[in-house]
Amino acid sequence: MEPLDQELDESEIELPTEPMLLNVGPAHPAMHGTVRCVMELSGESIQKVDVQVGYLHRGFEKMCERGTWTQIFPYVDRTNYVSPMLCNVGFALACEKMLGVTVPERCQWYRMALGELARMSDHLTCDGAMAMELGAFTPFLWMIKGRDMIWDLMEEETGARMTHSFGRVGGMAAPPTAGFKENARAVSEQILKIIEEVERLLLGNRIFLDRLENVGIISQEDALSLGWTGPCLRATGLPYDVRKASPYLKYDEVDFDVPVGSTSDCFDRFMVRIEEMKQSARIIEQCIARMPDSGPVNIDDPRIILPPKDEVYNTIEGTIQHFKIVMEGLKLPAGEVYAYTEGGNGEYGFYLVSDGSGTPWRVRIRPPCFYVTSGLERVITGRMMADVVPCFGSLNMIGGECDR
Amino acid sequence: MGELKETNTQIIDPSGGQGFATTKAADLLAWAQKYSLFMYPFVTACCGMEFMAVSSPRYDFSRFGSEAPRFSPRQSDLLWVVGTITQRQAPILRRIYEQMAEPKWVLAFGTCASCGGFYDNYTTVAGIDKIIPCDIYVPGCPPRPEAVLDGLMLLQDKIQSGDRRPATVKPRHDPVQDQSMGLVQLRRSRASSGV
Amino acid sequence: MAKHLIDLVTQKFPGAVIQSHSNHGDDTLVLEAASWHDVAQFLRDDPRCAMQMLVDLTAVDYPDRDPRFEVVVHLHSLTLGHRIRIKTRVGDPDGEVVRVASISDLWGSANWAEREAYDMFGVEFVGHPDLRRILMYPEFVGYPLRKDYPADKIQPLIAYREVENIEKLPPFGKDEGMSFGRQTHSYGQRSNEQESN
Repeated sequence: MEPLDQELDESEIELPTEPMLLNVGPAHPAMHGTVRCVMELSGESIQKVDVQVGYLHRGFEKMCERGTWTQIFPYVDRTNYVSPMLCNVGFALACEKMLGVTVPERCQWYRMALGELARMSDHLTCDGAMAMELGAFTPFLWMIKGRDMIWDLMEEETGARMTHSFGRVGGMAAPPTAGFKENARAVSEQILKIIEEVERLLLGNRIFLDRLENVGIISQEDALSLGWTGPCLRATGLPYDVRKASPYLKYDEVDFDVPVGSTSDCFDRFMVRIEEMKQSARIIEQCIARMPDSGPVNIDDPRIILPPKDEVYNTIEGTIQHFKIVMEGLKLPAGEVYAYTEGGNGEYGFYLVSDGSGTPWRVRIRPPCFYVTSGLERVITGRMMADVVPCFGSLNMIGGECDR
Repeated sequence: MGELKETNTQIIDPSGGQGFATTKAADLLAWAQKYSLFMYPFVTACCGMEFMAVSSPRYDFSRFGSEAPRFSPRQSDLLWVVGTITQRQAPILRRIYEQMAEPKWVLAFGTCASCGGFYDNYTTVAGIDKIIPCDIYVPGCPPRPEAVLDGLMLLQDKIQSGDRRPATVKPRHDPVQDQSMGLVQLRRSRASSGV
Repeated sequence: MAKHLIDLVTQKFPGAVIQSHSNHGDDTLVLEAASWHDVAQFLRDDPRCAMQMLVDLTAVDYPDRDPRFEVVVHLHSLTLGHRIRIKTRVGDPDGEVVRVASISDLWGSANWAEREAYDMFGVEFVGHPDLRRILMYPEFVGYPLRKDYPADKIQPLIAYREVENIEKLPPFGKDEGMSFGRQTHSYGQRSNEQESN
């Protein structure tokens, strides 16, 4: 000890300290590309964080006011782009609620099957990316392999691997293909195998468990107050699932469970998604078994659905119907409606305001992961810098949905 | 695999016509560069999902040497701009591009990065070439992984030949000209020129 | 169906309810702006309502109306299962003074939702702890989702490149760039003059 040190009292020494300001910027691999976290760190632990979103704001709600109701489907696809079919179906249901119509039964089963496939693709991406960010690259590759199988099926059905824009108000853009049922069955079986392999690989891994367990805990009251829904809310222990609470399509006629977590940490959010994929496979199996093989997919209403092309070219009624729907837009009655479905991240709702013409007055997309991301601050404050990676990954922030 | 159409292509000789040894060295350098492109994946939006698919074992761009993503601009050669760039994100993209060391190339992945896509509004930059020079444009919303691989191979050809002019990935085969499609060819002269 | 909620609120706050309807199955209450916070608090705290979650908060612009904007809130009770939409009308026709009480002290989800309504419409929430833009950048002037803001009016943060004809940069012409047709690898050949197809 230096003589100077021995003379000074501990309490007399005042070292200037200030928390370090770290900018985990928008171009960062852990930030899923478009979120900026300005953190005040004291050593490794985070004292304060300011989560700044909006780097992917593409002006969807403004663009929706410039077209027709059917032209919203591509925008809606690009909100939650990992499960675009769920978004299409959600918007179609919102417009149908406003019109007060129901689609035929075959379409309902078809929408459910495609939606659940999209949900599986969403959870595969989220869990795969989470594992990759923690260093486990192999499960990511396996899960993307599984997701590619779903996308192949989607390409067969809709024409596009993702962002299909396949839903229409009053039905779908095309009927199911002949091989849909076998393909869907085969795909969901393969994915269940992949999930099993991933579980074997990850769930016994000490490092993986240590990084996820008891990390990023949020209380149920906080989660509710913040407007969390979906897998993140279910991981806190609350079994709220729109498909069970307010069933739409044929969800009240199929048998499935709602997985719920207990500790509300990152591990629970991870596992809830894994279990939900297994439940989605169950739902798909039942949808395939019960979907009729023939019958109309679109509603039989000339004011809503485009007529088949040969009628457009050969009959005057078809031409007029086509013209009115395309040029003026499908007319929803004046008024407002709020309709919601279970998207990949939770309650995915639409608040539509119509003035009676074919152009929407206001389309508000209720983004589940906007509210979930607002909770990121509460989840990572007090934790260490390295915990940001699993916490943020487990919230499944999809930039397109959060920022619109 | 890109092939330039111009018959009067200017061969840009990096060695300036020096001689056998130096041109072979330049060739070797270009060969090394093109098969070891360290990429900076500047991923923002939906194209990021296709980017993940291209990186996954099925389509796999690491076969082309472009294996390692480097999240530091100092360590990367190829800037993949994947997804929509908004006005808010533009300064960040510019800064990342400026921080990269020469030689550097830019690949615009997707229609939003190439030309803004269908977002003609107050918040989107209509193509990254408004902000940074771009070498390869891969259109598509999102582009098929095969188109992305085409773009990568086109870039590799360009690196080998030393050409810095930008190029777009076009479909392998123009369906309009395909006689078996049964489309009515309304323009008589174009059909025979095979464009 | 939560008609009883409408009745509860109308009884408890007799002057507050301007209008109510249940179109399309959604129960809606239009409230006076002055009672906004009190009604919201009642809906959260009263055990017959028990709205634990603020599902969504947004605004709508009706430029022909006075007050011009409508702040729309959707509430949901997980325990009792019912939902309600409450609305209030604020703002002068020019959009200069648009103020309403903030309910971010009641529900945490209102924090970011109110910031977004401020960012997009310019609605000022009195009492919000941190009212600043969330989706647009701080240098942005104007409120994009208002009907009088043109959709394609850009305010770039950095200057665009000084390239002539920046709208039509190559290679978008028909003779530019890669050709149609089967590509072959031209590695090792300096002059790329192979014509294929």
